[in-house]
Amino acid sequence: MSVTAPTETRQAPGLRVLDPLLLIAIALLVWQAVGSWTQGVAVTGPLATFGFTATLLTTAQFWHNAGATAAAFALAFLLSAVFGLLLGLVLGLRRFAGDVAEPVLAGFYTVPKVTLYPVVLLVFGLGMSAKVAFGVMHGLVPVTLFTMAAIKTLPAVLPRAARAMRLSPAQTMRWVLLPACLPQIVSGLRLGFSLSLLGVLIGEMFSSQRGLGFLLVSGLAQHNVALSTSVVLLIVVFALLANTAMLRLSRRLSGQ
Amino acid sequence: MPEAATIPEPHAALRGVVRRFGGKQPVHALGPIDLDLAPGEFFSVVGPSGCGKSTLLDVLSGLGHPSEGTVTFEGKSLRGAVPEGVGVVFQEDASFAWLTVRENVAFGLRRAKLGSAEVARRVDGAVAFMGLAQFASHYPAQLSGGMRQRMCIARTLVQQPRLILLDEPFGALDQQTRLLMGDELLRLWRETGATVLLITHALDEAAMLSDRVGVMSARPGRFIDLVETGWPRERDSRVVSDPHFGKLTARLWTSLRAESLRTMGRG
Amino acid sequence: MSRGTAVLLVRTAALAAAVLVLELLCRTGVISPQAVLPPSVMVAAMVEVLASGDATEPMLRTFSTVGLAFALAVALGIAGGAVLHATPRLRHAIDPVLASYYSVPTFVFYPLLVALLGLNMTPLVVLGVLSATPAMMIGTLAGLDGLPQVLRRVARVQRLGPIQTLLTVVLPAAMPSLFGGIKLALSYALIGVIAGEFILSGSGLGYAISYAYQSFDNRTMYGLMLFVLLVAVAANGLLYSWEGRLLRRRVRS
Repeated sequence: MSVTAPTETRQAPGLRVLDPLLLIAIALLVWQAVGSWTQGVAVTGPLATFGFTATLLTTAQFWHNAGATAAAFALAFLLSAVFGLLLGLVLGLRRFAGDVAEPVLAGFYTVPKVTLYPVVLLVFGLGMSAKVAFGVMHGLVPVTLFTMAAIKTLPAVLPRAARAMRLSPAQTMRWVLLPACLPQIVSGLRLGFSLSLLGVLIGEMFSSQRGLGFLLVSGLAQHNVALSTSVVLLIVVFALLANTAMLRLSRRLSGQ
Repeated sequence: MPEAATIPEPHAALRGVVRRFGGKQPVHALGPIDLDLAPGEFFSVVGPSGCGKSTLLDVLSGLGHPSEGTVTFEGKSLRGAVPEGVGVVFQEDASFAWLTVRENVAFGLRRAKLGSAEVARRVDGAVAFMGLAQFASHYPAQLSGGMRQRMCIARTLVQQPRLILLDEPFGALDQQTRLLMGDELLRLWRETGATVLLITHALDEAAMLSDRVGVMSARPGRFIDLVETGWPRERDSRVVSDPHFGKLTARLWTSLRAESLRTMGRG
Repeated sequence: MSRGTAVLLVRTAALAAAVLVLELLCRTGVISPQAVLPPSVMVAAMVEVLASGDATEPMLRTFSTVGLAFALAVALGIAGGAVLHATPRLRHAIDPVLASYYSVPTFVFYPLLVALLGLNMTPLVVLGVLSATPAMMIGTLAGLDGLPQVLRRVARVQRLGPIQTLLTVVLPAAMPSLFGGIKLALSYALIGVIAGEFILSGSGLGYAISYAYQSFDNRTMYGLMLFVLLVAVAANGLLYSWEGRLLRRRVRS
């Protein structure tokens, strides 16, 4: 969903570039203030965190945990994306089934899925498959819903135009339907990405011996606040970079 | 220069009105304009796109203030606020989607200190007058574009305005509905005795409905012609069969054509 | 039979069938009773837990936390959205933050909030507010952006003051988008608070479920779980149907 203002602000272009920098500066100052106010008991300030992070990235311990999260997350996102797309495609094309399923899916989306974690653990046992399941639980539904919406809001004139141009079904899908639906589908994938990451991380925080979520919680348990803050920083940076990359990709693919 | 400022006690008057839109390079949108509206007259404004017709309405209603010059209504100068007694009907759909037709029309009377019986009487009257009595409890989404516009007119009517300003109110309607709505407007004008200023791009509409028609130049808009139609007060769309109608429309187009070409960049 | 009724029937039948299948699989032992309880037992467990009064304190705790977070998020979100709408420069600067906000798993901040604010209701409320407010702001901005300019002019012609314009024209006109934000705010606040209680807390329904799990008390766990899910569905469903009633007449029929 776009939040940009409809009219352009009239101000010197130079000032405009400064604004985000100003915002970042303010954020860093607030962070520093919180850090020093709690004397590093709750959160370490920006400088201390950057320093710690630099060291952390050289330890084997970190990469061991990051690898565990990455593996679970990659699999969870892959499954969410593939099954989400397929399910969304089917439910979008078969209107009746789509109408039947949509409130159920939307309902599942709004419900606190973390309450179902114990069930997943009881069924899958402790281990990576449980983590992947958490991720898929969170990521599958948004991808499905967005894909469904993309197909339902496809202007009817497009498939008709394709028929008029005598395109085969495969060609229609490849050259007409897919490009038209792509922006919305990618929005769904972006949301699915963030949510399956969230699912895996929360799963690790709840019950795991490995992973970034585990590292985050254990940092607090050991009163190693710098560790926790570093891990949070790394997760936030990763999520932002990934999101920006996906946005750029989506813009390139839809020809903007 | 046609004499538009010749009426001894005008209902509303513009004197030397100029409107510029600001910023580093101000755009001269309107004027200088001098215009007198006689009480109870029906005055139309026609002109090429972008000539400032809507700006004229803004200034006259008090929705915008002039960069230069004065605007008076009933002898009092407007100070950037809409005075009591002025009603405006807009080009765009201004219906309130969350209220029924009756509630929309009654909206105009919220601040009036009237008893609920009087409010109901006026609302029902305005709704019936505009032919919407059957749809009083419907929502705007259930009405056609023409009906919604009639509802907006009813909402204006209910405050019993003495000056009614309409900015291309029938622009979104088909030709036949436009002609019928024109007759409705004339009926409204006669029965309320209000002064009416209609902005339209349709020359035939202006020629058919008005006592006088002002032709505006391309931007910055100024009056380049003022045509007296001479129609009797009791008139309707059937004046189109009068040969005078054809002459009026021809004259309007002659004045307007050069200006329109200029706006399109070929004059 | 109208299509709408057919859809409703099929959906109800499908859900009932799914529950039935689960019940059978559990009863016949295909799914181990150590793992999943049959739905009928889950319902019985829920009634037990509620009747025993053990769930009352956590329930009140969670509901008040969610309620507070939701109310704050709606108030801050609408106010924040209105401010951003009125100051284009600030909005332009904050824009990228809002657009990418939900790509970051805000939940990861929760442990830090606990370290900062202690193991009580406060970090949970903050978490709920952090999760829900941006959605409300985005909805507010969408509503204000989509307001047809002509409506403001009507308000001026009707000579309404700024507050009257806000209450009688702007707010009703923006309501569809605002309500969308409100629905999201509720579900995000609920999800955030319960997740927080679950992972790191000393009280509340989330904590109670987690505790029951760790005590191998499957009955209590499933009973509470079912209860939370039903409450969540009911709360969101209530808003959804309220929205339907409020906005149905606005849609072209």
